[in-house]
Amino acid sequence: MSRGLMLRTLIFGDDQANRIVPPSGYTARLTIFAAGAMAFLAVFALSLSLAAGRVSHRWSQELAQAATLRISAPADQMADLTAKALQVLSQTPGVARARALSAEEQSALLAPWFGNELPVENLSLPQLVEVIEDDPGYDATGLRLRLEAEVPGAVLDDHDRWRRPLVAAARALKLLGWVSILLIGGAMATMITLAANAALSANAQIISVLRLVGAQDRYIASAFVRRFTLRALAGAAAGTVLGMVGVMLLPSASAEGSILTGLGFHGGGWILPLLIPVLAALVALGATTQAARTRLRSLP
Amino acid sequence: MERVKNVIELENVAYTYGGGYLLSGVSVVLAPGTFHFLTGPSGAGKTTLLSLCTGALHPSEGAVRAFGADLSTLDRDGLALMRRRIGMVHQDCRFLDHLPVAENIALPLAVSGRAGDTAAANLRELIAWVGLSHRANALPPELSGGERQRAALARAVMMSPDVILADEPTGNVDWEMSQRLLQLLVELNRMGKTIVIATHDLNLIRAAKAQIQTRVLRIAGRRLQLAGAAL
Repeated sequence: MSRGLMLRTLIFGDDQANRIVPPSGYTARLTIFAAGAMAFLAVFALSLSLAAGRVSHRWSQELAQAATLRISAPADQMADLTAKALQVLSQTPGVARARALSAEEQSALLAPWFGNELPVENLSLPQLVEVIEDDPGYDATGLRLRLEAEVPGAVLDDHDRWRRPLVAAARALKLLGWVSILLIGGAMATMITLAANAALSANAQIISVLRLVGAQDRYIASAFVRRFTLRALAGAAAGTVLGMVGVMLLPSASAEGSILTGLGFHGGGWILPLLIPVLAALVALGATTQAARTRLRSLP
Repeated sequence: MERVKNVIELENVAYTYGGGYLLSGVSVVLAPGTFHFLTGPSGAGKTTLLSLCTGALHPSEGAVRAFGADLSTLDRDGLALMRRRIGMVHQDCRFLDHLPVAENIALPLAVSGRAGDTAAANLRELIAWVGLSHRANALPPELSGGERQRAALARAVMMSPDVILADEPTGNVDWEMSQRLLQLLVELNRMGKTIVIATHDLNLIRAAKAQIQTRVLRIAGRRLQLAGAAL
């Protein structure tokens, strides 16, 4: 049988071959359940991996081009020092732009801790200046030295100290997501192989009859392979739909949210989980084909 | 299909089972169009000998050839193709119990990818020939012993094989049904098929000898002997 014919038989089936194996049995339910459960978990692992990838990208790309200048000074000197700092920044090569945060913006930054009613104007807070890097960026060491000399009390924070471990953590989480997907695929292949072996053992008498009448192993195998592949496809499709509904019901990502509230799929990302049933069917196809070959070789 | 001199040949075949010889030094040639009975006491090795002829068992010593090919040289696919030329009727019939009788009889066509050709058109005629037209849609467990044997015979001849091996085909049926099955096998022999029937029913052998030339082979003491004169 050519590969094309095998593929056509797999997709469209051979009515007689479909009927030679009794349709009932616990292996059918086991395969559907295993594929469904694994697909459900795979959706979440995929969602986690994609979210971690987005966070990693944002932290490593977007925040890498931003820095904060913090100016601590008595209230009566704050305006002068802020203007001086902005002047220094405007003259520094590699700084695209810089601006002092307004009192409202500074209040918003503190709101998660102190609430929205905080009277910022009564507090002696440092003035924050947002610095956006150009490409290529500025010389941080040189800028710090100049600020130290011209704007006493100004501290340049390029976020690198806390950004680096967070980016590393996000990347590790992304990798963990993909490893989870691989493990889920492996576990599904194992379960389907066990179910296929059980089905082949339970139907040893049928295999004996088929051999008696001249059936070749590929014919016998195709009856089992097609059935298990379609069961895995159906189970995984159901699991994927349930998983996607679960992801949709998660809290949506907010501006302040990071990985915990950004687990959903974004835009074209919703297409990716739809590949899970196809991959599950391919895993089942490979696992059952291998199990059938091995089992049929061992049967007399 | 090529014309071969001998359908099946066993040359100095031995078969060991449980550490001892069940068959030893067995040599026999089944020529095209001949009719054989294989007799011997229960456990003598009749079923084993038939299984050796189909390649279901492999000899410990010697060679088994079917249509000129040494079965030990054939791979699994080769053996499967060979079995399409050998119709086998087991005493327990061996059906797929979840499929109707007609589909069981047509099974050899299905597994060989010939379900749509002219052989399939002959299915109804074949079912009628074995007298099972009214039972075509029944499931095998619903059939009587005689009906099961006739269905098994119909399945065995579905691919128009050159040889039919029947293992105790009348073991579970009454005398009248034995005669009916014998008539079907005699008809097949007259069509040129080689027939081998393993049985310990001497009356069946006598009934066959009354109407057709047969050769009776007897397994005794692990060896195969010609026993026609004694019957």
